[in-house]
Amino acid sequence: MPETRMRTPLGRAIGLGSAKEGVQHWWMQRVTAVALVPLVVWFVIWVIILTGSGADRAAFIAWLRDPVSAAVWVLLLIAAFYHGALGLQVVIEDYVGNEGARLGLIVVMRLMALLGCILGIVAVAKLSLGA
Amino acid sequence: MASETRPLSPHLQVYRWQLTSVLSILHRAAGLALAAGTILLIWWLVAAAIGPGAYAGIRDFLGSWIGLLLLFGWSLTLYYHLCNGIRHLFWDTAHGLELPQVYAGGWTVLAATAALTAMSWIIGLIHWSA
Ligand code: HEM
Repeated sequence: MPETRMRTPLGRAIGLGSAKEGVQHWWMQRVTAVALVPLVVWFVIWVIILTGSGADRAAFIAWLRDPVSAAVWVLLLIAAFYHGALGLQVVIEDYVGNEGARLGLIVVMRLMALLGCILGIVAVAKLSLGA
Repeated sequence: MASETRPLSPHLQVYRWQLTSVLSILHRAAGLALAAGTILLIWWLVAAAIGPGAYAGIRDFLGSWIGLLLLFGWSLTLYYHLCNGIRHLFWDTAHGLELPQVYAGGWTVLAATAALTAMSWIIGLIHWSA
């Protein structure tokens, strides 16, 4: 309703206004948060079970050999790193005033999140598929 | 004095500490700590993928008292961020925003965090000695 009431036809045609990215960011922060609730509960319970068996490598690998567990691990890694990167970006935007430094930090942070996520997925894949 | 009735802007130096603001900044601190904690997670995975030697290294580290302290802090942080995150998601549906409800929710989050952390460690430690 505000869209039609508050904006002129010209305003709508050229589409100036918000950058239209904030909503996506905010929304994905919520979506990943909701996804993380069951994933994190699953993860913590498994880590406790693993601790019970002495947390040895064989038990860890046996867990990852199960295809469903490996898939959930990958989901967890993607959700956690995506959510973390979105969150860290907000913190950087809040505290780093200088525009160049802010953009630089965000780029470095995103690359590190991507690297961590890929490292994790590759490790899960290797352990899950054997080798 | 007229100035005493004027609204206060929330600067850290002039605003009294209270549950609402403390839990809010703790959520951010927890998010930052969890992001740092992912390094440990990836280290664990990659060490397991590299081989038994590397895995033994991180296992020994996590089994040391510094490692256990880190794990304890991690579990506490994770549960706090999880519980308070659910509170955030609930707020996003425009519920529970009256001040008394915000306080009730805040204390609930603290109690749930303590309970979940204690429960996890009790379960973990029972398995441990077995
Ligand atoms: C366990 C499930 C989780 C839930 C339910 C959750 C929920 C949330 C929510 C709702 C927010 C937005 C808060 C706001 O708008 O101020 C948030 C922010 C954040 N989360 Fe999570 N989160 C979870 C796990 C994680 C994990 C694993 C990480 C680390 C990788 C993380 C890192 C962050 C960061 C850095 C922020 C930004 C903090 C800020 O802007 O103040 N979260 N989380």
